[in-house]
Amino acid sequence: MKETQTIQNEVEDTKTTERIPGSEAVVRCLLEEGVEVLYGYPGGAIMPVYDELFKYQDKIHHVLSRHEQGAAHAAQGYARISDKVGVAIATSGPGATNLITGIADAQIDSTPMVCITGQVGSHLLGSDAFQETDIVGISTPVTKWNHQITKASEIPEVFAKAFYIAKSGRPGPVLIDITKDAQFEEFDFKYEKCKGVRSYKPVPSTEENSLKTAAELINNAKKPLIVWGQGVILGKAEEEFKAVIEKAGIPSAWTILGASAIPTSHPLNVGMVGMHGNYAPNVLTNECDVLIAIGMRFDDRVTGNLATYAKQAKIVHFEIDPAEVDKNVKTDVAVLGDAKASLKDLLPLLNANSHNEWHQKFKDLYKIEYDKVIKNDLHPTKEGLTMGEVLKEINIQTKGEAAIVSDVGQHQMIACRYAEFNKTKSNITSGGLGTMGFALPAAIGAKMAAPDREVVMIAGDGGYQMNIQELGTIFQQKVPVKIVVLNNEFLGMVRQWQQLFFDKRYASTEMVNPDFVAIAKGYHIDAKKVSERKDLKAAIKEMIDCNDPYFLEVRVEKEDNVFPMIPTGASVSDIRLE
Amino acid sequence: MENEKKQYTVSIYTENNIGLLNRISAIFQRRHMNVESLNTSPSEIAGVSRFTLVVNITESQMKKVIGQIEKQVEVIKAYYHTEDEIIYQESCLFKIKSELLFDERQIQNIIKESNARIVTVNKDFFAIEKSGRKEEIDLLYRELNAFGIMQFTRSGRVAVTKEEMRISTMLEAFQH
Ligand SMILES: Cc1ncc(C[n+]2csc(CCOP(=O)(O)OP(=O)(O)O)c2C)c(N)n1
Repeated sequence: MKETQTIQNEVEDTKTTERIPGSEAVVRCLLEEGVEVLYGYPGGAIMPVYDELFKYQDKIHHVLSRHEQGAAHAAQGYARISDKVGVAIATSGPGATNLITGIADAQIDSTPMVCITGQVGSHLLGSDAFQETDIVGISTPVTKWNHQITKASEIPEVFAKAFYIAKSGRPGPVLIDITKDAQFEEFDFKYEKCKGVRSYKPVPSTEENSLKTAAELINNAKKPLIVWGQGVILGKAEEEFKAVIEKAGIPSAWTILGASAIPTSHPLNVGMVGMHGNYAPNVLTNECDVLIAIGMRFDDRVTGNLATYAKQAKIVHFEIDPAEVDKNVKTDVAVLGDAKASLKDLLPLLNANSHNEWHQKFKDLYKIEYDKVIKNDLHPTKEGLTMGEVLKEINIQTKGEAAIVSDVGQHQMIACRYAEFNKTKSNITSGGLGTMGFALPAAIGAKMAAPDREVVMIAGDGGYQMNIQELGTIFQQKVPVKIVVLNNEFLGMVRQWQQLFFDKRYASTEMVNPDFVAIAKGYHIDAKKVSERKDLKAAIKEMIDCNDPYFLEVRVEKEDNVFPMIPTGASVSDIRLE
Repeated sequence: MENEKKQYTVSIYTENNIGLLNRISAIFQRRHMNVESLNTSPSEIAGVSRFTLVVNITESQMKKVIGQIEKQVEVIKAYYHTEDEIIYQESCLFKIKSELLFDERQIQNIIKESNARIVTVNKDFFAIEKSGRKEEIDLLYRELNAFGIMQFTRSGRVAVTKEEMRISTMLEAFQH
């Protein structure tokens, strides 16, 4: 291996150079990439860069998180609601390893993120020096790309490549590790944006034939069903997608990360698929004749038992990542490429259709789900508050315009099922990794990226406490996020499983909680607690009307369950309503 | 058929960068697949490395793994081949006590018949090199083992395909 590595960037124009230290180059690279905010935590191995951030603070805003995991999730939240790359920065060793959960989360949820970590001096590499960890080795399986810089002169090319890779094609997290000596070293700085990397083809080319075959299958289908995923949102294909489903009249269901690509109220939107998805799209997955997957990856939480998943259907898969095709479900036609372009080209090949009878089946099953589940969640008659009615009230008072950032657990499923999404990029949640502790920091990033939007975080009492320290970041930065904790004094989702599958043995799922309101107030955040239905509406109004950050604790029924539910390993059509 | 395990030889063309070995091996490790043999070397294209691996998996697993390998940013192209699609060799070295060379006439015959080559001889030991298919090397090993082997080592497989691999033309398209 060569000592200096080849970074095969394809670049555009040539600029003149300027002699600066590596640390300054890092900040200049970020500015060149249009970075306005970054989330991080300082430490020895990254101090030269922090010193530059201090000098450049009028151009680039550093947000001091309270834990590097918080920084990573904030960067994710920032990226998920905007079209930008989220940036997180940390020192070597523990600082770097604390980023890993956020990086893994971004990898599985295809979130564009660049993480920068300091590293011990290059002469110390591999010597178990103070705060040395092999972060490149540790992060390899959970990054789209990573790289260690040991010479200042590598900085511009590596950063240009990092941003290009993070945001192009199927996006993902990239990690750059920089040794301390490379931060001090002076060199001739010159920045050129990366336009391509020889070995990397972000978007596969679409075979025209595949589009034609797909269109034919769709046109001939009697009972077509679309399941769309985040690919529609990442590909900015919302308009094209809407045009396609409206012309072909196809009932369309979403995966958790696909939520909000079209409004909840759209007549062709038939709800969520998967473990806690809606009854109709899950059951009818095993009845449709053509299943059209768009920008989704047949995750096991979506498919349930693969052996019984949509066996009767022809499968059409629109996908940007060739490795996803046939990975879980064998397709009949794969349309590779970017969703926006593919759907645009598909539209003229489609026949106008309405599939009224087929739609009626969705309506019939919805009625069953409504009577058995939805009615009780949204209009409960029993005394205890339900999570669903809290969501309903938030919908009403935000007019469905809010971005909902949810944590992981029962409240997450309830939030995704019942939140009304009128705008795209409104459902920010940890889908693939299911990371508790995600929501609070992610809400910070989301609100900072979209200050004009109402950002409402929904967490359980468990996950909230996994990154509760980020209240400090909210207070210091004055980020007006609305924090809602649905407190059931349990690790609710695990308790539900214990109830259903472990004979109600509630092993270590009951939580004795602190005074959450006092904690929020300790961070100088306005706070309130609600335990009765009659107070809910006014409390949510007070929260939404508040121009500052606000904390609302809602005491909900302790042992409510989330239904429908497909037990692990069961078929999507065996979905249980109770 | 898709679910029957077979021996596949995988050729991966990559940029010559640090860390790729880690990325590629992680793909197999994560899926609990054992890599039977591994070789990395320069390829016919300047600046492009080639990995050659041998694995025992099913064809559907193989296809998915190739997809995951090609997905790595610095992987240019990955192929898999069945046994009859390639010409391959392995190489090995034996170290044997010198006295055996003179005391056991049979050893000289074995060397000659197996097309092995004596690399070096000194008063304590001599070294033999042999390239060939796995079975040939196995056979030589068994024959020499009867007399006693001081050291033995064998390389990973190297392979070329019988059919043309269009990687060079593909790469030319990248250079502008
Ligand atoms: C970091 C992490 N640890 C453990 C889990 C497993 N887990 C999934 S849901 C859940 C319970 C969540 O409880 P809570 O945050 O109170 O939300 P609720 O389900 O009650 O709404 C747990 C422990 C996880 N998803 N993430």
